[in-house]
Amino acid sequence: MLTIAQETYDAIVAHAKRDHPDEACGVVAGPEGSDRADRFIPMVNAAGSPTFYEFDSAELLALYKDMDARDEEPVVVYHSHTATEAYPSRTDIGLASEPNAHYVLVSTREHGNSEGPVEFRSYRIIDGVVTEEEVTITPTGTPDQRESTP
Amino acid sequence: MAIEVRIPTILRTYTDGAKAVEGSGGTLSALIDDLEGNHPGIKERLVEDKSGSVDLRRFVNVYINDEDVRFIGGLDAELSDGDQVVVLPAVAGGALPA
Repeated sequence: MLTIAQETYDAIVAHAKRDHPDEACGVVAGPEGSDRADRFIPMVNAAGSPTFYEFDSAELLALYKDMDARDEEPVVVYHSHTATEAYPSRTDIGLASEPNAHYVLVSTREHGNSEGPVEFRSYRIIDGVVTEEEVTITPTGTPDQRESTP
Repeated sequence: MAIEVRIPTILRTYTDGAKAVEGSGGTLSALIDDLEGNHPGIKERLVEDKSGSVDLRRFVNVYINDEDVRFIGGLDAELSDGDQVVVLPAVAGGALPA
């Protein structure tokens, strides 16, 4: 199951709508092994395409070095499909290379850049096998126990 | 000659879970052969046969001291002692069928 804050969910959807008709992409990083989608990091789609996305090579390195320095990993890897359903394509499955990540797909085919609901679905993609999982959205502004001072 | 090679999660099955390993070689190509000796199977995940010649896989990025090797000679890129090599699979995909 993917647990994600409303704020982060909204940020992913907004990014997908903004970049429509091109695919939008990014990650949500979190402490290694925590499965906590904490830090929203929108990325530029270097392919600038309605049917393909790829992080820029230099930005990819910077992102991973930054996560490494913070002991983080990509908890969510998201991208949008702009004319098809929010289900991993053969390309998505073939190129999925983060076995610990939740692969989030957003489809903007219904409303494009406009207001309106989107399909927002999450998957595990491991060794070419796709498993859809539930998405639980937690309210933004929930007091965070981890940051409370003793 | 020691070169540190950072290994991405998906390839750590070849390195007993290690995030970084040491290798040696005067070029990236030689380094990959050296890695293959200690971590059999890893080479196949990094390079592929492209019409008779071996090249880096399209969706594998390799950096030497933060430079994408595609801009500094690819598999012929030169290495020296103390260099740091980072391997990162591309984060890519999309609706287009492969």
